[in-house]
Order: sequence, then structure tokens, then C-alpha cells
Amino acid sequence: MQTTGFATEELVINMGPQHPSTHGVLRLVLALDGELVLECIPHIGYLHSSLEKICEQRTYVQIVPFTDRFDYLAALANNFCYVRAVEQLMGVEVPRRCEYIRVLMAELQRITSHLVWLGTFGLDLGAITLFLWCFREREVLLDLFESTTGQRLLYNYMRIGGLRNDLAPGFIEKARAFLTSLPDRMAEYDQLFTGNRIFRARVEGVGSLSREKAIAYAVTGPTARGSGIDVDLRKTEPYSVYPELEFSVPVCDTNDCLARYEVRLEEMRQSRLLALQCLDALEKMAGEPHAAKVPKTIKPPAGEVYVRVESPRGELGCYLLSDGSDTPARFHWRAPSFANLQALPIMARGGLVADIVAVLGSIDIVLGDVDR
Amino acid sequence: MNEPSLTGRLIAWLADLVRGFGLPEPLVQIVGWIAGCLAVVIAILTTVIFLIYVERKISAWIQVRIGPNRVGPYGLLQTVMDALKLMLKEDIMPAASDKGLFVAAPLLVFATAVVTLCVIPWDSDASGGELSIGLLFISSVASLTVIGIMMAGWASNNKWSLLGGLRSAAQMVSYEIPQALALISVVVWTGTLSLREIGIGQSGWVYEWNLFKYWLWIPALVYFIASIAEVNRTPFDLPEAESELVSGFNTEYTGMKFACFFVGEFASMFLVSLVFSALFLGAWHTGVPALDKIVPGPIVMYTKAWLIVLVMMWIRWTLPRLRVDQLMGFAWKLLIPAGLVSIVVVGVVISVGLTY
Repeated sequence: MQTTGFATEELVINMGPQHPSTHGVLRLVLALDGELVLECIPHIGYLHSSLEKICEQRTYVQIVPFTDRFDYLAALANNFCYVRAVEQLMGVEVPRRCEYIRVLMAELQRITSHLVWLGTFGLDLGAITLFLWCFREREVLLDLFESTTGQRLLYNYMRIGGLRNDLAPGFIEKARAFLTSLPDRMAEYDQLFTGNRIFRARVEGVGSLSREKAIAYAVTGPTARGSGIDVDLRKTEPYSVYPELEFSVPVCDTNDCLARYEVRLEEMRQSRLLALQCLDALEKMAGEPHAAKVPKTIKPPAGEVYVRVESPRGELGCYLLSDGSDTPARFHWRAPSFANLQALPIMARGGLVADIVAVLGSIDIVLGDVDR
Repeated sequence: MNEPSLTGRLIAWLADLVRGFGLPEPLVQIVGWIAGCLAVVIAILTTVIFLIYVERKISAWIQVRIGPNRVGPYGLLQTVMDALKLMLKEDIMPAASDKGLFVAAPLLVFATAVVTLCVIPWDSDASGGELSIGLLFISSVASLTVIGIMMAGWASNNKWSLLGGLRSAAQMVSYEIPQALALISVVVWTGTLSLREIGIGQSGWVYEWNLFKYWLWIPALVYFIASIAEVNRTPFDLPEAESELVSGFNTEYTGMKFACFFVGEFASMFLVSLVFSALFLGAWHTGVPALDKIVPGPIVMYTKAWLIVLVMMWIRWTLPRLRVDQLMGFAWKLLIPAGLVSIVVVGVVISVGLTY
């Protein structure tokens, strides 16, 4: 018998739907040459729950708790987007105090969302301690949210024309105390993680997404800003009270996982500043109403509207088509995670298996948002 | 040989006790070996139970958690209960696995970890089984672990396990080289392969420890880093990288088979710590001659190994994980050259006669 030498073949392997670092039930089909990734195809839909269709069967008021469940790590941002869409459809003007509370909540939510991202990103790279440190801070914020909304994850807090209720007593002081301590906490993360050489080696130059590709794939949010695209709806299409607040939008043009990491960390600092400004404004506005008067049954006039806000993951859009009844004729959710995930194969190809985990962590998807 | 140590006297007393039963001398020897090895293995396995507990406590403290505190006082019985739970678990074997290898793999990993423990010297005249080539024995038997892990990865018939097994093969083979080079430096310096004689050479004050002699801190560092890689701990825990390979080579294992891997890993962690303290940290010597007469050697060795293990745990809960190519690069581009340089340096120092 004659030996013909070793025959090598591609290893096709399923990463997920049950896998510790696909951040939910995402399935990636990988073609591997050893540890080298030749092809990476995301298969989505494992968490699909027809939420958009369900929303079309509900009245406008009933939809709010459903929006919580899209991007469950940033429920308040979802609330915000939806109620703004309905308000725009109806032409409702909300009180300024309400807007400030909404922005405050949205920014605090951005911090909690980024804390989860930072923790799980550390977990993906094998730094387990960072995860629990982040959750320590997130816990404080969740307690704050709970005091006001009664919930810790899916808040169902915002209402068409206002809010479910006012801030809880003592909220402003507690929030300020937390925000004051946040820089110290973040310095700890930097000490543990940002400066770590192993961490830098794992993320520098990994998962490159060029500016052109990012635009072509409609990537938004920190993922886009990590590719040098200066797009942030809070600045480019200012809504609510953002024009009155001072903040900057971090952009990094090295296109790699480190860029996205640094953008998000800086965003947390900026969100902190925004929240502090909101707290100052709210203190001056004590006693003002937190909701506008809206009719009991909400029947917006026939028409359509597309409203978008900057969620922690990028451009979050809500399309509503009204036929004049009390349920939307069409409800569509433009999910940032869905668009951002499509760019994963570009970033993953040519890397190693471990890089996929880093890239997936760095684009920060929430499968509830991807599949809906 | 000078006067017997405290442990030596205890052993002699026990041997006399056995002789009292009227056994012939060769039989007494054999009983002594078996009893010695058993004593060491049982002691270490008990230690492992508490190592796991301490690991969980330390990780909890680092991560601002509380850690196990429910089962027994301070949660001390947590691991015991976990072990019990593992024994009671259903023993699942994947239908398409290679049955023989699947069963053999955890046993091999466990056995290699345990066997090597027997040649560790605990005092100038106390060890499970004294070997004149102890160091060679340890490094060769310890390298069998990789076969067990590869067997596990292959036999599971799971692609993730296979990747874990392959990673582990590449990693352990690469890191054995710097480890061996570090050992060679010590051997060149001390002129012996016997762990006992290396230990005896470090008697006296702290500065007599190998770690503080000339350039021997380089092989010490190389050995320490390579050991962490050998026992698959962060930042070198790629074979079982949870976030990448699910659980690596042991993904398909449950119950006692998994426990064998788990205990084997902790036992080898303790083993490399023992070897490290025997080679570089003065073995059973406290570093203060007066104290050596009072404190029994085994306690000193044991304490030192614990301290080293604690450092390993500290590292584990602080650092992220390396990527596979960085891991290999680190071994081949840094550790191996460092190991080679240290051999040359030690060789030159000795041939020039700079020893003191």
C-alpha cells in the first residue's frame, strides 16, 4: 500500500446555539482550518418570537411592555423610542421635566447596558473577575431603577405622553452619589483590564471593520464609531433635550476590537456627564408635571412615522403605520443588533476561533434585539 | 548522614512498630513504600478538596463576592458535598465515543498526577519513594498527562473537545521544553537529579535557597510560568477555554470521570508547587537554621506549596486568556531562549568556578 501523505479537510463546526459566548442563542457555522476561521455564517432566529406581529394585535398602550423585551439590556431605550414614535404620530408635546427624566433614564440605561457588555467582553477574553466588578456597579443602578419603576430589567416605565410615575423620593441623591463614585470604579477597570498586555494583544488589530464596509452594512452605534464613523443620533439628529446638554461623541478610527472597546468606555463617561446634567436640571424643576394629558384610548390619526433614537447598541428605529384605529396597522422595529451582526463574518474571517469570541463580544449584540 | 529529622524519626518508629509483628525485613521495606505513598497521596487528595474550596473563596474575595458559606462551618464542606454529588451523577457516555479511550483518559490524567506525588521529598529522610532520578521521573511522568487529555478530546467524538485536545497537545508539548530547560539549569547547578539532594543543598539561611543563587531566578521564573501552562490555568487555560471551546476536552464528561480530570488538575497544580519549592525555595528548610530543628519538614514543604498555589490562584482570577498563537509564541520566542540562556549562564558560572 502506498501512502499518499496526509489529507487535510476543513472542519465545519457549529458554534451555538448553545454556546457560552454567543451571548444568547446565536448559531455560527464555522469552517475552520485548524484554528483559522475560513468562513463564519451567523444563523439567527432561535429567539424569534413574532413580537412585531404581536404588537400589531395590541393597542398602542399595551405595546409598551413588549418593547421592553426587544433589547432586554436597554429596555428604557426601547420604551423611549416607541413612545416618541407614538407621540410624534399624535402630535403630543410632553413636559420638559418628563423629557429630562427620560433622557436621564436612557443615559443611566446606557451605563448599565455598557457595564454588561464590558463584563461579558471580559468573560469572553477569559477575565472572569471584571464581569463581577461590573455587575457590582450595575446592581446599584438596578436598585435605583427598581425604586422608581418597580422593575429591575424590563421596566415598562415610559408612557405615551409621559411616564408611569415620577422619580422615587431620594432618587436624585442616590443617582448623584453613584455617578460621583463611577470614575473611581472605572479607574479600577482600567487598572485590571485596559492596560493589561494580554488584553491588548487579544484585541489590538483584531476584527477589523473598515469604514466603507461599516457604512455598507448599515452598522451603527459604538461599533460604527469604532470604525471612524462619526454618527450619533443624539448629535446628528438631536431629539428630546439632547441639544441642551453638553457631551461629546467618542470616535476611534483604528477599526479593531480595541477601538470599539475604547469608544464604549468613553461613552460610559459621557453618559455619566449627561446624567449629571439631567440631575441638575431636574432639581431645579421640582414640582413640574411628569406627564402630558393624553386621551384614555389612543387613536392616532392615519399616517406613518419613523422615529429613531441612539440606543446603547446603535440606531434604534420604530416604524409605525396607523390606520386611525387603536392598534398600529404595521409595527416595525429597526434593531441595531440585527444590522451590526451582519458585519460579523467580515470581521471574523481570517482570524482564529478565539478572535470570533472577541469580535462577537466587541459588537455587543443582544439576541432578543436581533431576532425579535 | 547527620542526625535524622523529626519526620525521619517518626518513620523509623513506625517501621519498628511493623517489625514488631515479626515481618521479615524486605517485607517491612515494601510495607513502608506502600504506606508512604498512600500517606502522601491521601494527604494530597484531602488537600485538593480544600484547594478547591480555597480557590472558590479567593475568587469570591477578588470578585467582591462571598463565596461558599452554606455547607458546614464557613462552607468548608462545600467541596465534599460537590464530590458526593459528582459520584451520584449519571455517568453519561456519548453513543459515538470511543468507549475504551473515553474511560481510560480521566484515569490516566488522574494517575499521572498522583504517581508523581510519591517521589516528592518531604524531609532529608522522608519521602514516598526516594528515587535518584526523581526530577527526570517527575518531568517524564507529568508529560503523560497530555496523552490523557488528547485521548479525552479524541474519544469524546465532539469537535470542540477535539479542538481542546489538540490545543492542549500543542501547548503542553511546547511548555514542557522550557520547563525541562529550567530543570536542567538546576541540575547543572546542583549536579544531581535527586530531589532529596537538591533539597539538602539548600540547607542553612534563606540565601542558600536556589532562587537566590546567581541567575537561578531565571529558570525559577521560567519554570513557574511553564508550570502554570502545564496545569492549564489562566492565562494559559486554552485547552478548556470556557468562552471559546465550551469546556474543551472535558465537555462530554460527567460524574466521577469529570471529577478525575478536575481533581487531577488540582493535584498537578499542587505537585508543580511542591516541585517548585523543592527546587528553588529551599525545600523543607525554613531558611533559619535554628527553626529547622523545631519545625518538621513536611509542614514547611506543605506551607510553601500552599503559598505558591495561592499565587497561581491570584494570577488566575486577575488575567485574561492568551490566544493560541500568542501562547505558542510566548513559549518559543521567550521562555525557551530564556531557558537556554540560563543553562549557558549556569554552566559558565560553574566552569569558571564562581560557586560559593
